[in-house]
Amino acid sequence: MECLTWTAMELSRRIKNGELTVEQAVRAALKQIGACEPELNSFITVDAQGALAQARAVQRGIEEGRLTGPLAGVPVAVKDNLCTKGLHTTCASHILEGFVPAYEAEAVGRLRRAGVVILGKTNMDEFAMGSTTETSAFGPTKNPWATGHVPGGSSGGSCSAVASGEAFLALGSDTGGSIRQPSSFCGVVGLKPTYGTVSRYGLVAYGSSLDQVGPIARSVEDCAAVLEAIAGRDVQDSTSLVREDTDFREALGKEIAGLRIGVPRDYFGDGLDREVAAAVRGAAQALAKRGAVVEEFELSLVKYAIPAYYTIASAEASSNLARFDGVKYGYRAAGAGLHDMYKRTRSEGFGAEVKRRIMLGSFVLSSGYYDAYYLKALRTKALIKRAFDAAFARYDLILGPTAPTTAPALGASLGDPLQMYLGDIYTIGANLAGLPGISVPCGLDSRGLPVGVQMMADCFQEKKLLAAAYAYEQSREFPVCAMLERGASGCAGSVAGQKVGASDKGGARE
Amino acid sequence: MSRQYETVIGLEVHIELATKTKIFCGCSTAFGGAPNSHTCPVCTGMPGSLPVLNRQVVEYAVAVGLATNCRITQYCKFDRKNYFYPDNPQNYQISQLYLPVCRDGGIEIETAAGRKVVGIHEIHMEEDAGKLIHDEWEDCTLVDFNRSGVPLIEVVSEPDMRSAEEVIAYLEKLRLIAQYLGASDCKLQEGSMRADVNLSVREAGSGKLGTRTEMKNLNSFKAITRAIEGERRRQIELLEEGRPVVQETRRWDDNKEYSYAMRSKEDAKDYRYFPEPDLPPVVIADDWIEAIRARQPELHDAKRTRYESEFGLPAYDAGILTSDKKLADLFEATTALCGRPKKVSNWLMVETMRLLKEHERPVEELDFSPENLAKLIGLQEKGVINGTVAKKIFEIIFTEDIDPLEYVKEHGLETVGDEGAIRQTVERVMEENPQSVADYRSGKHKAMGFLVGQTMRAMGGKADPGAVNRIVKELLERE
Repeated sequence: MECLTWTAMELSRRIKNGELTVEQAVRAALKQIGACEPELNSFITVDAQGALAQARAVQRGIEEGRLTGPLAGVPVAVKDNLCTKGLHTTCASHILEGFVPAYEAEAVGRLRRAGVVILGKTNMDEFAMGSTTETSAFGPTKNPWATGHVPGGSSGGSCSAVASGEAFLALGSDTGGSIRQPSSFCGVVGLKPTYGTVSRYGLVAYGSSLDQVGPIARSVEDCAAVLEAIAGRDVQDSTSLVREDTDFREALGKEIAGLRIGVPRDYFGDGLDREVAAAVRGAAQALAKRGAVVEEFELSLVKYAIPAYYTIASAEASSNLARFDGVKYGYRAAGAGLHDMYKRTRSEGFGAEVKRRIMLGSFVLSSGYYDAYYLKALRTKALIKRAFDAAFARYDLILGPTAPTTAPALGASLGDPLQMYLGDIYTIGANLAGLPGISVPCGLDSRGLPVGVQMMADCFQEKKLLAAAYAYEQSREFPVCAMLERGASGCAGSVAGQKVGASDKGGARE
Repeated sequence: MSRQYETVIGLEVHIELATKTKIFCGCSTAFGGAPNSHTCPVCTGMPGSLPVLNRQVVEYAVAVGLATNCRITQYCKFDRKNYFYPDNPQNYQISQLYLPVCRDGGIEIETAAGRKVVGIHEIHMEEDAGKLIHDEWEDCTLVDFNRSGVPLIEVVSEPDMRSAEEVIAYLEKLRLIAQYLGASDCKLQEGSMRADVNLSVREAGSGKLGTRTEMKNLNSFKAITRAIEGERRRQIELLEEGRPVVQETRRWDDNKEYSYAMRSKEDAKDYRYFPEPDLPPVVIADDWIEAIRARQPELHDAKRTRYESEFGLPAYDAGILTSDKKLADLFEATTALCGRPKKVSNWLMVETMRLLKEHERPVEELDFSPENLAKLIGLQEKGVINGTVAKKIFEIIFTEDIDPLEYVKEHGLETVGDEGAIRQTVERVMEENPQSVADYRSGKHKAMGFLVGQTMRAMGGKADPGAVNRIVKELLERE
């Protein structure tokens, strides 16, 4: 169905114009899910019945003039570590077997109030620990651009759903790059907001001091619209901040001439794929052509980000995941007595990567090691923050690759976790320093796999980030994923009403 | 025992704060309630839930800190204490390790050995755990999370105490401070005040501390006293036999009057503390501290001094009346109504205490109204009823809080002051007891008491005792 290629905002506009109903949009998305899931496995749970019921309610809301926002009627996918009231929430882990939350994540609730329709819950690395969506207990998700490759992770299901047209938008979470890296691999736009911008209430915690919920979309404008809907102070999350400037779409189209962009030389060292480097430099040049002042500089401390990140995130995870013990909810193994039950439940319920990080985190917090590892990591984090502060004293934005490579082949990563961790080198900095970061598609490599350019801004400077991302997006052509194109053309003409000229940038690919 | 030993004791006291809601969520802290009826995703550790600090908890903790001469930590933080136990829904407790809310205080205690200051190392805020209920029939254990997230402060003393007597004096003082501040009701039997005892012994005169043990499960002041005596004996015996004291946690069994080492699993000490990432640091600015200081009510010591100076009460009375906030409040309210402080004091110290003991009820449960006691005192003052009747009526006030005015009227208990009636009765009693009359007249003056008693009894206790005395004496000496 043609509508699948539209941006979320365009879809909502046309629904409000009466060109199609919310139910038609939802049915189109469900049909695409039906067609793609055997190949992709983007979803853990598809809530078709619930989505159709929501569609009718939202349609009434639009007709009665209660739902007027830019996202009303848009079918959305939600990462399965965000609690959804009455809908199975698994974190892609056996240990949450049968867990149906009685409460809703605040970000999901805000999106619902904006009039979206929740299609279902997307696949992810177990408890968001991984960079490929292969650590899921429900099998890996495949990259819609090339199904022999991973979609990245941990929000791999959300990104593949958006790229393939199974959903118009998705929510993801980003602790060390989990929105931006799979967005890069799947050719979509993903944004991690400043820490504290979006409530974490109802997000099943991985690394609490690093976790942020953020949008994944096919356009910068859609990302900005989702962020507007979910950002802002929530009394249920003590780390959420009061922000006045959440009218993010206001920044789109702003002049970027004179914008100072720093490109860290230390992001272009060993391990960076040459094609990725070329595509990212191309994006920098495109911005320079629009009047931005682009220059290279030395960020420093880049190589310390990974050990600091894995120490802090694992330490917090070891504590956050302690509650999954078989006592209150989820999976419980039979055991001879309490301690045996604990041991068996956690041994059987968690996958290998989760157990690795729980053990690592328990180790770095244990007495005798706390100072040498955890405290040192906190100090490193503070130094990294200072390096970014120094950079943002000179530049409005930092630009570089989102990931060192394009999507690896399925099965190529898990055998060497250390190598996999190194893939997070460019994204982790934003989490450690609390900064906003965005990944925007900037080309395809010779195998046809998407490349993403990452931009980061100082805390609370999402508007600068979005202005530059939008300017760049408008300056270049990026193809539509073939799988989405197939879905769109397969059902063309089924929408009642006039024919619409979709923003069909796919032609560039042929 | 050949050598002299000194006992060194430090206490960790948990005090449940009197907030209406829990420390990190809006659930009620009310005692009791059907299992798991006061719970929500936060206090049951549901995935994705987050804590939000109750401001009143900080206010109470600071109030106790100020009353115990502590330094207030103006930038304080919460930490996670990690351990697995089913009563702890997240398998970590949110507590404070690195920057507790109060530090370096002390309170003065008084015992037979004199006055001394017991140092307070720190006070920290934390959450309580749920309660495990073992079902013997089903052979399973159930968890009630109603208490999970109830706010506590833990007051950690320096090892400054040397005897059970000092420990009890310290605990009494701490209880009074918390009660007077309204920060806690400090009911030991409901567990709103709990003490763990760290104890070691050393040879008298030694400057080095011995190896200590920590004793848990101490539910009353009596149990604490017995546990201290028992543990002191146990450690001295070990040392006398040349065996080492092992640093460990021990559970006191008050029935067997012996402590048992807890299994090492229960005593695993690596809590892997780290800063709680879900709560920002608490900044306690000067003006907040001053506002709390300005609201501090009159505390125990000040009240005791005032009772002596303002009401002219003996030190003994002032001490007892202020030994419990409830008693002091009752005293002040009744005195304000009747203006007879010493009379009120007598009723509270003698009759009230006797009845509490008789009914085996703690002072906190006193529930008669000051109005009724004031009226009773007034009735006696005006001579409407005599002392015997007053005591009888008070017993009913104590249990049922009746209005003494109405009760006296209803039951016709007014004192008989009618000279004629008394004289007639005395004459009859003397006729019936000629031996007593003869005894008196032969110089055995004690016999008069018997005749007075008989007269009062014959008149149902309602006669004015002054008049009876006078008339008995007059008639005995007439002939």
